[in-house]
Amino acid sequence: MKPISDDVFTWPGEPRLRGGRCRDCGTAAFPRPQGCARCSGRAIDEELLPAEGLLWSWTVQSFRPKSPFRGPAPFEPYGVGYVELPGACIVEGRLTIADPEQLHIGQRMRVTVIPFAVDDDSAELLTYAFAPAEELS
Amino acid sequence: MRVAIVGIGIHPFGRSPLSGRAQGVHAVHEALGDAGLSWPDMQFAFGGSDAAGNPDTMVSDLGLTGLPFVNVHNGCATGGSALTMAARTLQSGAADVGLAVGFDKHPPGAFNASPAEYSLPDWYGETGLMLTTQFFAMKIQRYAHEHGISRETLALVAEKAYANGALNENAWRRTPLTVEEILGSPMVNDPLTKYMFCSPAEGAVALVLASEEAAPRYTAHPVWLDSVELRSRRFGSFEVFSPGLSLERGDSPSVDAARAAFESAGVGPEDIDVAQLQDTESGAEVIHLAETGFCADGEQEKLITEGATRIGGSLPVNTDGGCLANGEPIGASGLRQVYESVRQLRGTAGARQVPNSPRTAFTHVYGAPGISACTVLTR
Repeated sequence: MKPISDDVFTWPGEPRLRGGRCRDCGTAAFPRPQGCARCSGRAIDEELLPAEGLLWSWTVQSFRPKSPFRGPAPFEPYGVGYVELPGACIVEGRLTIADPEQLHIGQRMRVTVIPFAVDDDSAELLTYAFAPAEELS
Repeated sequence: MRVAIVGIGIHPFGRSPLSGRAQGVHAVHEALGDAGLSWPDMQFAFGGSDAAGNPDTMVSDLGLTGLPFVNVHNGCATGGSALTMAARTLQSGAADVGLAVGFDKHPPGAFNASPAEYSLPDWYGETGLMLTTQFFAMKIQRYAHEHGISRETLALVAEKAYANGALNENAWRRTPLTVEEILGSPMVNDPLTKYMFCSPAEGAVALVLASEEAAPRYTAHPVWLDSVELRSRRFGSFEVFSPGLSLERGDSPSVDAARAAFESAGVGPEDIDVAQLQDTESGAEVIHLAETGFCADGEQEKLITEGATRIGGSLPVNTDGGCLANGEPIGASGLRQVYESVRQLRGTAGARQVPNSPRTAFTHVYGAPGISACTVLTR
């Protein structure tokens, strides 16, 4: 198993997203940007974002995306959402749930890591995702 | 200083055996014919295409006259950007008459944008997050939650689009669909079903424009481009292809571009007789009604249910069927809205003509990566 990228989330161990915070105005962003979108500041410190937040919006991806999508065949629908991480920012990610009946704005979500594809060398590729917080506790 | 539209041309939208560029040439010839001018009369051209090649290569077929021809590649506002630059050229006094043209030809299915082209990491596309359909679904999901928009209202927007498209000889989807058929079609990205989405498509539009001073030389009845304004996103807006958003929420570029277009024209939304608003999907038309200032957030539910946005209503919206019925050729979409506005203001929109001789029109184009262009037109 290996993460899709080394600078997106901490792994192995308890997963946390790697964001950035502007040294000048204090605005947080994900992923860590080169400069600050709010104040044009150029000094951005890495910051591990809160592990839990509230679902801000969501949808279900019900058709297979074209390239560069690397998910397995046959295609399985997956949830996608934005989660508001308090004191930081609102982060987009895959959801571990794809059932619209089980998703609602405001529900508590927690970052986790899921396998989503298999690499050329047969290693499982991992990405971050959000799961209902109660499922992980 | 306003600019005159003295000629309009279109290649029907949808699917064509012609290349995107050839459709562009067709639209240019039609616009020149409409203006009673010929290609050597054009003093400049701005051409937009996202995926169908460099527009300036059209000179090989239009004629090698040596005119300055600038290619425009500016996301979903490509057509609107070409128009903006053409208008500015005339307003500067650098030329009397010139051309704005846009065309495109996209393969079937959802757009598959390249992360690198949008300065995004590869994983964003590889993990299946980089889809415009997801963004629009999540924007209306959030908006409906905050402002009470029902799924029936989303279906009504699409139902109107196909009904209007059936009256438009240049539209792609010309078969009316019922609210039940739209709600019952396969779910693409919750809450949006298949028939609530527009599809990438093909088409071309060309406009011949003249300065206010020179306009009487070309026509006795110009349609005036009173304003055209282009804006990119500001901090806090919720845009397509955003792995992260700030907690501090702000206005979209549609709000900024619409406000600037109204201010520049010296009129307000209440003065507009017919509007073309970006309807990438049903939710977009609902949200854009408020973002461009035509109603308050949440009022759409009542307006749309009561038929205000239909051709006979108090504010007809997307009278040509919009993107839903015409499809989305990126380079041409913004110019299609202006083409339709000119037809409506001239009173030549045929079966879809808005009654009572409309005098003012508004257009709004919006899309990736957070860009919008708006116009106010009068006669």
